[in-house]
Amino acid sequence: MRYALFLGCTIPARALDYELSARSVLKTLGIEVVDLDFGCCGFPIEAVDEGKALALAAGNLALAEEQGLDVLTLCNACTEMLSKAELALRDERRLSRVNRVLRERLGWEYHGGVRVRHLARVLYEEYGLDRIREAVNRPLKGLKVAVHYGCHYMRPSRVYGEFDDPEFPQSLDRLVEATGAESVNYEYKMACCGAGILNFDEEVAVEMARMKLDPLSRRGVDALVVICPFCGIMYSRYQSLILREGGEIPVIYYPQLLGLALGLEPDELGFQLNVADVEELLEKVGV
Amino acid sequence: MRSEMVERESLVEVGNLDHRFPDRILRQPGGEALRACFQCGLCTASCPISLIDSRYSPRRVIKRILLGMRDQVLRDRFIWLCSACFLCQERCPQDVRPPEVMTVLKNMAVKEGILPQGIARMMEVFKRTGRLYPIDDFTAEEREELGLPHLEEEQEAVKRLLEE
Repeated sequence: MRYALFLGCTIPARALDYELSARSVLKTLGIEVVDLDFGCCGFPIEAVDEGKALALAAGNLALAEEQGLDVLTLCNACTEMLSKAELALRDERRLSRVNRVLRERLGWEYHGGVRVRHLARVLYEEYGLDRIREAVNRPLKGLKVAVHYGCHYMRPSRVYGEFDDPEFPQSLDRLVEATGAESVNYEYKMACCGAGILNFDEEVAVEMARMKLDPLSRRGVDALVVICPFCGIMYSRYQSLILREGGEIPVIYYPQLLGLALGLEPDELGFQLNVADVEELLEKVGV
Repeated sequence: MRSEMVERESLVEVGNLDHRFPDRILRQPGGEALRACFQCGLCTASCPISLIDSRYSPRRVIKRILLGMRDQVLRDRFIWLCSACFLCQERCPQDVRPPEVMTVLKNMAVKEGILPQGIARMMEVFKRTGRLYPIDDFTAEEREELGLPHLEEEQEAVKRLLEE
């Protein structure tokens, strides 16, 4: 398995714990990733100029195509934007319009056929739960975590097909269980984090994050497991505005959890960078 | 008074309607199914933003488009409040895609000079550096300490694609 690793803008600047743990876990599992000079996926400027957003996405797909690689993403928003663009560019007219821009400005061209896959989807669909279970050498028995999928991981289904249910997904629950930890059911499990409107109305965005965090803080979980940097930042960096002292919930990325189960050290998984106190969590795991 | 303002904003003034407005949206990718809307309201019932601020209603935005209330729709701050969770899109019995319609509307609003401050600030950084979050010295150092690959501070290809 060999992929071009797509970090996007947010992860390499604001979620280094996610990037570090993803790289460590992929290496341990033997999934090879290649770094290309990818740029922004286009998602952040969709509201301003959809045409430019599509051109940005197409440029990235063209880079991967040139290397003959499919794209492995870590961010839900990048995943959605690139997947949506890949679908839109199957339309000849849109493709030739975008290629005109790419050729003029960068001398690039996209022809089609690059697959875009989120890390969690690759682990679930391609690597497979059985092989993950086999690779686990420090089962996380007794650990109770809440999973948060993030809307763009499996929606809109017109883009993703039916690899997971758009309203009641289960792939991340199964991935958590493969580590030996328990994925608890909880209220507002499918709530949206609110990050999508953070730079328009911070107050409403924080209220959205509160919808999940407030009840979850009384649920007694060891961590909230996320797979998108926007969700991660929303639930970790805004947590102090929402929860009073004592109710802290460590927000961790799935590869951080999986990495612990694979026997990796906390420092290889970016736990030194987590916003919330993760000591209790690591103690429970015994590292 | 707020109630008067809301009322005036809600008035359907026949003389001010733009009957070509719905067609302009129908022609954009994502807006194609607009006319299929039969106002069942499942979008608004599914909307998490609507739970927080009940004045936000995707159904109302769609109805106003169909009526041709162009100015009210494009000036409405609520078109920027869609968090694109896509729940309404999954549930719509008529395959209308409200989040994609909101994107079309936002693009139109921007062309008319309406750009919320936070998004304008983001665009400024983005055009200047080609990144949403430029890799500053602090981040570059942190990346190096963690053994993560070096990244250029700015992204040239993105900058070139963003030029007017």
